[in-house]
Amino acid sequence: MAKFKKEGGKETPGISTASLPDIIFMLLFFFMVATVMREVTLIVKVTPPGATEIQKIEDKSLVSYIYIGPPVKRLQAKMGVEPRIQLNDAFAEVSQIKDYVAQSSLNIPEYNRKKQIMSLKVDETTKMGIVTDVKEELRKANALKINYSTKKGYDPNK
Amino acid sequence: MASRKITEVNAGSMADIAFLLLIFFLVTTTMDVDSGISRKLPPPIPPTQEKPPEVKKRNVFVVLINSADQLLLNGRQGSIRTLKRDVKEFLTPVYSGNPAAPNVDGHPEVSEVDIEGIGRFWKSKGVVSMQNDRGTSYSTYIHVQNELAAAVSELRDELAKQYFGTDLKTLLEKYPDKAQAIQDAIPMSISEAEPVSLGE
Repeated sequence: MAKFKKEGGKETPGISTASLPDIIFMLLFFFMVATVMREVTLIVKVTPPGATEIQKIEDKSLVSYIYIGPPVKRLQAKMGVEPRIQLNDAFAEVSQIKDYVAQSSLNIPEYNRKKQIMSLKVDETTKMGIVTDVKEELRKANALKINYSTKKGYDPNK
Repeated sequence: MASRKITEVNAGSMADIAFLLLIFFLVTTTMDVDSGISRKLPPPIPPTQEKPPEVKKRNVFVVLINSADQLLLNGRQGSIRTLKRDVKEFLTPVYSGNPAAPNVDGHPEVSEVDIEGIGRFWKSKGVVSMQNDRGTSYSTYIHVQNELAAAVSELRDELAKQYFGTDLKTLLEKYPDKAQAIQDAIPMSISEAEPVSLGE
């Protein structure tokens, strides 16, 4: 009967997109919580070596990074391929590490300053000479807690 | 009263705005967790400090790495494959069973200590001394450090199984005092000498 005739025929109703913003916001919040801001642009290439006996650094606010490795491709013409130290956004000399330690310790609340950790992100092809110089300088600067940044997984039999 | 019609804000572009924000965060942030081998550097030596007491030769396991990344373990050429096994064997406390003469030839000395949670324990005085060349590659250095640490943590796990029936990781989570006892019994006795030129 005409009374029961469907209006509009067989058109399927469009999917409501009203909840789409909510879903996206959920994703957004997930990423905001689970990630950290990238602090520096790397100008040295760092591929950390693998290891199994690794510990996670719990409190990121205590950590400052020292990058050591060969300059990235686009800078190799100017800087050569010898491993260099990167502090913050620029190449640095070993002598600048003391200042860097002092400066980065200012970002840590005073009651936590003794817990400062220096994370060494060193490329696996680097020779130990430069790393040793850096370590010696850290000792002089009294930044004794260090962390050799590594990838997960290593098998000595390979 | 005439009902005033409230015009609704069009929320259709909300998703686009959120998408933009999401992409911004995806690009500017990193996900990786920082992990690595944690070490403590020795404090700087004051110039007036007297020489530390000599450690007996039998108590030291010397690991040398040269600039060609070759290993010398206690005077013999070694390989990273056997490093963990050798160090484990060296650091395992070996007690003769006789309190008057507790040492066993070919193994480091042992001394009796009283550890809370374990009781009387014959602790090894063995120390692993590691030295590298300035030309040693960083990856070899880290791998050796890793193997040394692995040897100690395996010994600790074995002791934890023996005394508490579980591994160290569980102990650290549930009974920190028991884990401390295990760590006291098997100390992380790895010392690092300053690098020298070890020749070719």
